[in-house]
Amino acid sequence: MLKLIYRLFKFYGLSVMLLAILIFFWELCVRYLDIPEWKLPAPSAILSELLNNYPLFLTHTKVTAFEAIVGFLIALMLGTTLALVISISPLLRRAIYPIIIASQTIPTIVIAPLLLIWIGYGVTPKVVTVVLLTFFPIVVSTVDGLRSVDRDIIRVMLTTGANPFQIFIKVRLPASLPSVFSGMKISATFCVIGAVVGEWIGSSEGLGYLTRVSVPLFLTARSFAAVLVLALMGTSFFLFISLIELKLLKWKQISEIGFNRES
Amino acid sequence: MGTLNNSAIEVVDLCKDYANEGRVTTVLSQINLNIKANEFVSIIGPSASGKSTLLNILAGLEEPTSGHLVIPTGNHNHRLGQIAYMPQSDSLLPWRSVLDNAALPLEIKGVKRRDARKTILSHLEDFGLAGFAHFLPARLSGGMRQRVALLRTIMTETQLLLLDEPFGALDALTRGEMQAILNRLWSDYKKTIVLVTHDIDEAIILSDKIYILSPRPGHIVKSLDVTLDRPRTYDAFKDPAYIKLKTELLDQLKPSSLLGENKGT
Repeated sequence: MLKLIYRLFKFYGLSVMLLAILIFFWELCVRYLDIPEWKLPAPSAILSELLNNYPLFLTHTKVTAFEAIVGFLIALMLGTTLALVISISPLLRRAIYPIIIASQTIPTIVIAPLLLIWIGYGVTPKVVTVVLLTFFPIVVSTVDGLRSVDRDIIRVMLTTGANPFQIFIKVRLPASLPSVFSGMKISATFCVIGAVVGEWIGSSEGLGYLTRVSVPLFLTARSFAAVLVLALMGTSFFLFISLIELKLLKWKQISEIGFNRES
Repeated sequence: MGTLNNSAIEVVDLCKDYANEGRVTTVLSQINLNIKANEFVSIIGPSASGKSTLLNILAGLEEPTSGHLVIPTGNHNHRLGQIAYMPQSDSLLPWRSVLDNAALPLEIKGVKRRDARKTILSHLEDFGLAGFAHFLPARLSGGMRQRVALLRTIMTETQLLLLDEPFGALDALTRGEMQAILNRLWSDYKKTIVLVTHDIDEAIILSDKIYILSPRPGHIVKSLDVTLDRPRTYDAFKDPAYIKLKTELLDQLKPSSLLGENKGT
């Protein structure tokens, strides 16, 4: 655990310090330039808003987190399954893959209102928005990962008498994992954005909803606080995935560090 | 059809063409080989002479355009799984330890992982890998990785081993060490080995027989029997018979003499 904290500090220490300096200047500017809170709240005002209305934020955070996580999990299952199908059958690959890529040029913000008409007002259309936004990086990274296997390894496997299923389980699948995790990390940050987009189009709950209704009421600090929670949520999803990756793919790190550095 | 007595693999009038955008390139033409059981055979030739293609065909990874192969098990259509193959790259799985990489062929055959590991453990010392069982490939030197690959190749438990320039990427000292290991394995495990190489010394010091392949389209220019006494030590390099063989090989592999025979396509 201590090693992990040290590692996190080594990776992120510098950017945390930079962020602290920026926040400090922000605070100074707001105080000494006398900027009204409804225009730009000071970091301290945002923090006190968050702490004073803690139950409000908790309620809305739960909703958004639920939408993002469920959407992400569905996208993960859908994306990896689709990638599997695509990489098994060249025919389906040629049929499906271009359509999936083309579909990504349609902005999610255009589809979200339609989802409202088709599915309704509840949590479901937000989950669908998250899925639409996050499944693409997972499909692409899984397809690439499954294809990335060294040709010589496959030849050795074939001459050993391995059947396609054995080659898939013992070689292709483990070889694809680093790439799958890259896609999952991208999607982990996207899923929060997806939930907020869904909530902006039409909802009565969630952090996205909170940011949308707070600004017209000049509750700028509340809007900022909601954004802060969203950022923390996205970051912690990302870190969570990275942590699993760290545990599961130790070999990858060792391969990258190389021969000369013992740990 | 040739006699199968004592023969590990026989190649009869083998040709290989590749069609690329309507143009046909002949890579191998009229190859005839008869490799005997327990023989150590080297195939030597310049780059792009089709050495690797020939090995791929022997292994069953590719099929010849014409001609045929005879193997002792009879069914030459099912060579995959009957003949071991080792490429130049070690091709180790980076997420598997030394132990589990070497155990792969046994696992594929359906041996339980625990039993497979036990078998491998008993062989590690033989390959100079004792104490490295749980190392990942990334932690090993090039020579060590190639030893693991060699152990994995032996673990296929097939009679015939095809090695495609397995030591090509190693430095001279490590290469010498690997050649010694290979020589010992060949005699200890009673295997038949076909080694593709472009290293003349390697071919002479290890082989019973050397086939010289011409540049594309590859055909066998000459076959030489190496009659140097075994076990061969580094003293063999000073043997007049060795020097005579080397001179002969160098003469054959001189670019001018090979270009003269290039018929083109």
